[in-house]
Amino acid sequence: MIARVARMEWIKLRSLRSTWWTLAVTVAGTVGIGVAVGRNSRDAAVDLTNNALAGVVPGVLLAGILGVLTMTGEYSSGTIRVTLAAVPRRSVLLAAKAAVFGVVALIVGEVASFVAFFAASANVGHGLAAPTLGQPGVLRAVVLTGAAFSLIGLLGLGLGAIVRHSAAAVGVLVAGVYVVVQVIGFLAHGVAAYMPILILANSLSTTRPVACTDCPQFLSAWAGLGMLSLYAAIALAIGGWLLARRDA
Amino acid sequence: MIEARNLTRRYGPTVAVNALSFDVRPGSVTGFLGPNGSGKSTTMRLILGLDRPDAGRARIGGRRYRDLRFPLREVGALLEARAFHPGRSARSHLTAMAAGNAIPRGRVDEVLDMVGLTSAAGRRAGKFSLGMGQRLGVAAALLGDPAVLLLDEPVNGLDPEGVRWIRELLKSLAAQGRTVFVSSHLISEMALTAERLVVIGRGRLLADTTVAEMSAGAASLEDAFFRLTSEAVEYREVPS
Repeated sequence: MIARVARMEWIKLRSLRSTWWTLAVTVAGTVGIGVAVGRNSRDAAVDLTNNALAGVVPGVLLAGILGVLTMTGEYSSGTIRVTLAAVPRRSVLLAAKAAVFGVVALIVGEVASFVAFFAASANVGHGLAAPTLGQPGVLRAVVLTGAAFSLIGLLGLGLGAIVRHSAAAVGVLVAGVYVVVQVIGFLAHGVAAYMPILILANSLSTTRPVACTDCPQFLSAWAGLGMLSLYAAIALAIGGWLLARRDA
Repeated sequence: MIEARNLTRRYGPTVAVNALSFDVRPGSVTGFLGPNGSGKSTTMRLILGLDRPDAGRARIGGRRYRDLRFPLREVGALLEARAFHPGRSARSHLTAMAAGNAIPRGRVDEVLDMVGLTSAAGRRAGKFSLGMGQRLGVAAALLGDPAVLLLDEPVNGLDPEGVRWIRELLKSLAAQGRTVFVSSHLISEMALTAERLVVIGRGRLLADTTVAEMSAGAASLEDAFFRLTSEAVEYREVPS
């Protein structure tokens, strides 16, 4: 049953031009920023892989917004009632939606991450040696960064199911991923390491642990991936619970 | 066959549908009449499991809607004029629905042809006129070749030709032995289309009858309707 619902959701996702535009801009932005930051790296001591992946920080936002819209677009257009008439089992519907969107965002995220890495590596300036995938931690950083697109996208999908209105859900997403961290940084320094954007920048996209005098203790790459997965899972679980109980 | 038993739904202090019980039988068009705000759309949403009843139940062929394995192949519904994404083409919209209920792809082109949207099928549905949107909604309802059809105000936005088309379509679907339940606030239209009538006001059943029976003893079906619903209309305050 979930297979045919997933087919339905795949047709819905791919038949919107906005899906392809958003994904194209996501890749282009991630690659462009990565190349720019990579070219401007002058210090041989910096993590060039991390710089090449700098574009992921704004890039995941687009994946998150697409996740939000994949859900809220159903409500703003009224399609949700047609969708639920076709698939009255609401938990199955959300699971299929998340599976389809998660896989698409994962593929696009990996493409964005790898292309950004190779493009930035090919354009390293100031006589620095380009990083290669064979170096310690590099392949892991590139792969996990690609996975972050999918996880932030699923976080957006879950928030969309909870909030149901596009603008409000995008607001919650941006606040949760980009704004709260600024406040947390002041109020509870130690917790900042658990904020999605710092996980992304300092745990997933780095080849070696980031240590600085003023920084919190950042999570390891795998622990960071686990936290992002947990955030997405919580949002989807609450969204699914509400979807099953609310009127459509 | 649609059965509603003691169907009740409140929204805050308002009782939108109040202990409503009726049957809609196969083989004829049953009109669902009531003033604006009388609970027709809510009743339809309750039957389709989109909203939850506070009490009572709705059954289609003896089963709850959400227990149907391939719901679109048993029940076709048209709830609102524009229940599709404006950026998606009519064909993609229908193809997705068909995939979700294991309906053969060829059926999509069949229903597009039936409603006269074949040439517009590849265009973004957001550009459709209200009438074309209604036709797409009818195509979606017919997609699974269902034995039961629920249509909420299907003639809204249609031109006279479209109104006549819907009328003939509904009659022919009923003549094939299907259950056709169609809401409207256009009494004259129901007089031409329906054989049976379920009339509600303020969420309560006022009549479960036939058009012939209800018109008898009144100058017109409209007069009979107003007599029946006069107690049940919520008059709005006249703005000063």
